[in-house]
Amino acid sequence: MNPRLTALTAKRILQQFRRDRRTIGLLMLVPMLLLTLLWWMFGDTPDPSTGQPLFDPLGAKIMGLFPMILMFIITSVSTLRERTSGTMERLMASPVRRGDVVMGYAVAFGLVAVVQGTLLVLYSVYVLQLDIQGSTPALVLIIVMDALLGTALGLAASSLARTEFQAVQMMPAVILPQLLIAGLFMPRDAMPRALELISNALPMSYSIDAINHLLAGDTGAIWAEVGILAAFIVGALLLGVLTLRRRTG
Amino acid sequence: MNAPQAEPPAILVEHLRVVRGGKEILPDLSLAVPRGSVVGLLGPSGAGKSTLMRAIVGAQIVAGGGVTVLGHDAGTAPLRDRVGYVTQAPSIYPDLTVRENVAYFAGLVGAPKDQVAHTINAVGLADQTDQLAGTLSGGQLTRASLAAALVGHPEVLILDEPTVGLDPALRNELWKLFRRFADQGTTLIVSSHVMDEAVRCDRLVFLRDGHVLADGTLEEILAQTGAADAEQAFLTLASKEGAA
Ligand SMILES: Nc1ncnc2c1ncn2[C@@H]1O[C@H](COP(=O)(O)OP(=O)(O)O)[C@@H](O)[C@H]1O
Ligand SMILES: [Mg+2]
Repeated sequence: MNPRLTALTAKRILQQFRRDRRTIGLLMLVPMLLLTLLWWMFGDTPDPSTGQPLFDPLGAKIMGLFPMILMFIITSVSTLRERTSGTMERLMASPVRRGDVVMGYAVAFGLVAVVQGTLLVLYSVYVLQLDIQGSTPALVLIIVMDALLGTALGLAASSLARTEFQAVQMMPAVILPQLLIAGLFMPRDAMPRALELISNALPMSYSIDAINHLLAGDTGAIWAEVGILAAFIVGALLLGVLTLRRRTG
Repeated sequence: MNAPQAEPPAILVEHLRVVRGGKEILPDLSLAVPRGSVVGLLGPSGAGKSTLMRAIVGAQIVAGGGVTVLGHDAGTAPLRDRVGYVTQAPSIYPDLTVRENVAYFAGLVGAPKDQVAHTINAVGLADQTDQLAGTLSGGQLTRASLAAALVGHPEVLILDEPTVGLDPALRNELWKLFRRFADQGTTLIVSSHVMDEAVRCDRLVFLRDGHVLADGTLEEILAQTGAADAEQAFLTLASKEGAA
């Protein structure tokens, strides 16, 4: 990898992204709107065990999923476009390394993810009055990592897709299983043992585990999960690099 | 020219075999391209021109044989800022302006910044500099795509049908531009399915069904076939081969 080429590529991707005002708006607003719906449903419903609004635990746990899904789709479609339009072939014949392309996307969309995740958490905490016991910056960290994970998984998954339809279909294939068994609907240790083992292999599980620490007011306990999430992000990026082909058939 | 210490060719293709989608597209192709020349790669659509060019830039998986460019294996790291490639379909970013596109590709090969505007002028897009590439007309898009490859002043330029769909005046301008690059020592391979572009080239390679029908200067090929022009020479060679 070459930091100069990575930075140039990230800058180019952000230049392109900047032109698409509607996507930027949707990317920032849709997670907030979705969380508002949840607040509307559960804002006044008390949790039978704690007496706190049900919105607090539900909102905190589900929040990371929205940026993850949106970033996944944006990233997988943009890289696929690059492959089908011939610009990737051109890049692969240039001095750019495969790692520069993948890191260029990771850095560019990572910056977008930071803005998106931060806005979402601030909106939830200060406007919707989402109440977690743990620290708000820690919540921002986890939500931003979820968004980064979406970007990294999108980069890895897009190499399996040949068309834009396939790229979009990768989202339900990769993300929805995590929604179902990562501990959102049922604590992971209450699930059948086999499912629990499968959920151990899904990154979203660790995001929800970390949120559970925050909900219990135990901010200091999140670092193991943060580390595992980081490892998943790095792993998915590596996969993205390894599956990018300089030569094609 | 025939001195024993002659420079090695810019591009050397030896027994190249390429299979795409289960079909043998290039069965066994050998070719040498001398430095500083404009070589026309001519042949009908489907002859394998693009496939050969992809092999030369190292984008094509090859089944056998090899391609050496400037003494290095095709597509390897030492070549990537010395070989420019323009794909047949214009490939630049539609949501960037002409300037942003050319500046990005200039940055990748470390070209000086002033080359960006200079190259955009050279391909005749000065008025479109700040226009989004996605809003360019077909011919303008082709030229923008070309500018992105020319900007680094590579030693070898692989141009896949760069003049298709352009009006005669523009085609003339571009061929003059290619000639200027060749005069500065650049080796150019320019493909076309239009035979009348043969007169613009120093050397010609006729390609049909994945193999070389002829390789030489236009004069040599005309003398060899007794034809009046490139098109007739191609037809003569093709029918001779068909009969054999
Ligand atoms: N990806 C591919 N899979 C299978 N066949 C291909 C593929 N790409 C090109 N071909 C075939 O290879 C032959 C040569 O194609 P190409 O190199 O594009 O020719 P040209 O550029 O001379 O028009 C054609 O018969 C074409 O149909
Ligand atoms: Mg072609």
